[in-house]
This record gives sequence, structure tokens and C-alpha cells, in this order.
Amino acid sequence: MIPSNFTYHKAKSLQDAFALSTSLGEEAKYMSGGHSLLPMMKLRFATPEHIIDISKIEGLSYIKEEDNLLKIGALTTQTEMERSPLLIDKYPIFKDASKLIADPAVRNCGTIGGNIAHGDAANDQPSLMLALRANFIAEGPNGKRAISVDEFFHGFYMTALEPSEIITEIQIPQAQKGSGSAYYKVERKVGDYATSGVAVALVLDDTGRCSQIGIGLTNVSTVPMRLSRAEELLSGQIITDALIQEAGKIASEDCEPSSDLRGSEAYKRSVTDTLTQRMLNVALERAKQ
Amino acid sequence: MKHEITLTINGEAITREVDSRLLLVHFIREHLSLTGTHIGCDTSNCGACTILLDGKSIKSCTYLAVRADGSDITTIEGVAPDGSNHIVQKAFHDQHALHCGFCTPGMVIRTIDFLKHNPNPTEEEIRWGISGNLCRCTGYNNIVKAVQQAADEMQKESV
Repeated sequence: MIPSNFTYHKAKSLQDAFALSTSLGEEAKYMSGGHSLLPMMKLRFATPEHIIDISKIEGLSYIKEEDNLLKIGALTTQTEMERSPLLIDKYPIFKDASKLIADPAVRNCGTIGGNIAHGDAANDQPSLMLALRANFIAEGPNGKRAISVDEFFHGFYMTALEPSEIITEIQIPQAQKGSGSAYYKVERKVGDYATSGVAVALVLDDTGRCSQIGIGLTNVSTVPMRLSRAEELLSGQIITDALIQEAGKIASEDCEPSSDLRGSEAYKRSVTDTLTQRMLNVALERAKQ
Repeated sequence: MKHEITLTINGEAITREVDSRLLLVHFIREHLSLTGTHIGCDTSNCGACTILLDGKSIKSCTYLAVRADGSDITTIEGVAPDGSNHIVQKAFHDQHALHCGFCTPGMVIRTIDFLKHNPNPTEEEIRWGISGNLCRCTGYNNIVKAVQQAADEMQKESV
């Protein structure tokens, strides 16, 4: 399979990328790792006239804690995240996810920024971002702005990004004492999209009450989905088994899956219930360590 | 549109003209006649087209040739000098880790990258490590044994 004709442009810097995007117009697409966009181009689902390669821009690949934030450069690959001692030690949800995202050779190319900017509810990082309450730093010809994850995903492949904007950094509140997070997805085989996936990130205060919680769902809705009703149920509470069961029930009710080759709607609701309960338990366990 | 790219492939520096849309696997097979890199699924699932790009295993069916400008590529033809076998190739031979051989170049390349980052893996880690390379003959058990043998021999060699 060969993509339809297009013209390739290599951006040497962000300014270079913005200038190319502005002059080439809406038929130009940015490409970072290319492992979502290029497969779509090969299948001719996407037929951009111009590709602006942003993967060689320097300075956008890093993982660090600064100003009480975890900051991840948008061109950081899934493999770099998988091997980051900081993430393994303090943000175990990323290790959980990276093992399940595509496969090792694909993770050598795929970037966190591309995974998010693609705007696909079947990708894994969006639900992690919802759980972790991330902000995305977007830069474009008109400057820099922060976009909250809750305002970012608009629809199927639709995001809050303007045509010439690029996500340059992902910002996440720094992990603290009592932080716990976990992710799991059920997949039919390695490299498949999730049948269902659940991301949980929470913080317990000194008394063991849940002071913050985020729950994000993968591939059981058209737009990456926050499980708001379960977050409200658990926030401020000492999380008991009964509350976890109730949260699972809410997950099965509120998710919006459709029947396909990965399973019936009812099956996916049931999987989402089970995964929500399991991930709450794992995140709680990690928060207490 | 044509682009001039310069890169190193199996130790040899080359310069070629490529179209924007030319895939790296087609460049390797058809422009350079290095047909050890196979095309299996053509959808980045099977791993038959796995090569090393700047030391990292990638699926060359899902990479534009033009993006490889300036890079250092190793294909199965370049993992060992002519007439000899890489430790991983020898291990695949010793353990009968192939039947039809179609997946083998990709498996060997992926194993080289995997063992570089995890020189002493458990069986489970090996299975996750080659999870993006499909084999429809062996049932994987002998491949896992081959990766274990290669890991052992590389450890001995580095002592």
C-alpha cells in the first residue's frame, strides 16, 4: 500500500514549521512519529497534499519535574517514557500504558504529542491525560497557550488545536505523597486498539480520604471520556469496596461503547465495570505505599 | 517531488533520489536490492520489515524513505560480516527457531535491539520484547529459546 501523492517538507524549528503550515494552508498536516497518520495515508483514509515533518525539531524530547509539574516534551517517544526512571518511580501509570501501546518497534517511533494530537479515543494516552488532569502547551504562529485536557478533545479526530498549532509540552500536576495511578486495557492481541481501557489517578490525604481523583476511559466513546459521575462519588471519601463497586456500576452505565469485532456493547460495558474496579484498587494500593 | 537523501546502510554511505511518498521498505528492497527485509502485513503489525534505524528497531513499512535522510540503517544483510552469522542468527539456527523463515530477518533484528536494552531477560520479558513480530510457523517456543541462548552467549562474550 502506497500513500497518494504528497510533498514532504522537513521543519528544522517550530518557527519553520509554523511558516510552512501557514503558507501551505489546510492541506498540510504535521507528522511526528507518523504511526497513526502514515497508516491512514497508506489506506487512503487521509490524503494530505503536504506533510510537514516535525520529528527532527530539537529540544522537544524530555521528561522532567519543574514548578510542581511533570513536564513531558511532545516529541518524547513511547519507548523513552517506558524507560524513564522518573516515570517508573513516581508515575507508574505510564509504565502500565507503554507496555500495552502498540508494540516495541512502533513505540520506538510513536510520540506522546502525536498520540494526543491525533484526537482518537481509541489511543491510550488521552485517557491517561484525563485521569492525570493534564494541560497541553500548544504553540503556533500567534504564540503559546495552555489547553486543559477537558477542553481539548472535540470529536472524532477533532481537537482544540488550530490548523498551524503544535503541542509542544504536556504538563501534569507533580506526584505527591499519597499519589497512586494505574492503567489497563483489554486488547484482543498485541497492537490492537482497546476493547476497553481505564486510567485512574488519585491522591489520598493524611487521613486516607481521596482528595483528588481522575478517571479516563479508552475506546468506549467517540471522544475520550472522563468518568465524571464516579469521580464525584469518590472525591472526599474514604474509598471502600462498596464505593469501588458503585464506581464500576457507574462506568458500565456511563460509557458509550458500540458493538464491533472487539465485542458487543453489553460485553464492553461489563469489561469497563471490571477494569474500573481493578484500576481503582491498584491505584489505591500504590497510593498507600 | 524528488528529494536527495544521504544515509549509511550496512556501513556503506549512499546518496539517492526518492519521492516524498516512497516507503522505506520499498527503498530498501527495490532501490537498494536488499531483499532480506520482508513485507508481510504492510500495516505495522507483523514486524517482517523490521530494521535498525540509528540503532532502534522500527517497522520500515511505516516510515517514509525521505525521513531516513542522515540516518544509519542496518538490515539483516548487515548484522554480521559476509560468510558469518551474528550470535542471534546462530542461536536461531541452533534452536530451530524458524520454519519458513519469512519472519526471521525481522525477528533477528528486533532481538538485537531488545537484548541491547535488556541483556538478561526473563521468558516473559522476551515474549513482550518480540510481541510486535509475528511468526505463523513455530509457535514461538523455539524463538524464545533462541533469544535466551543469544542472551547467554552475549553475556559470556562481554565478560
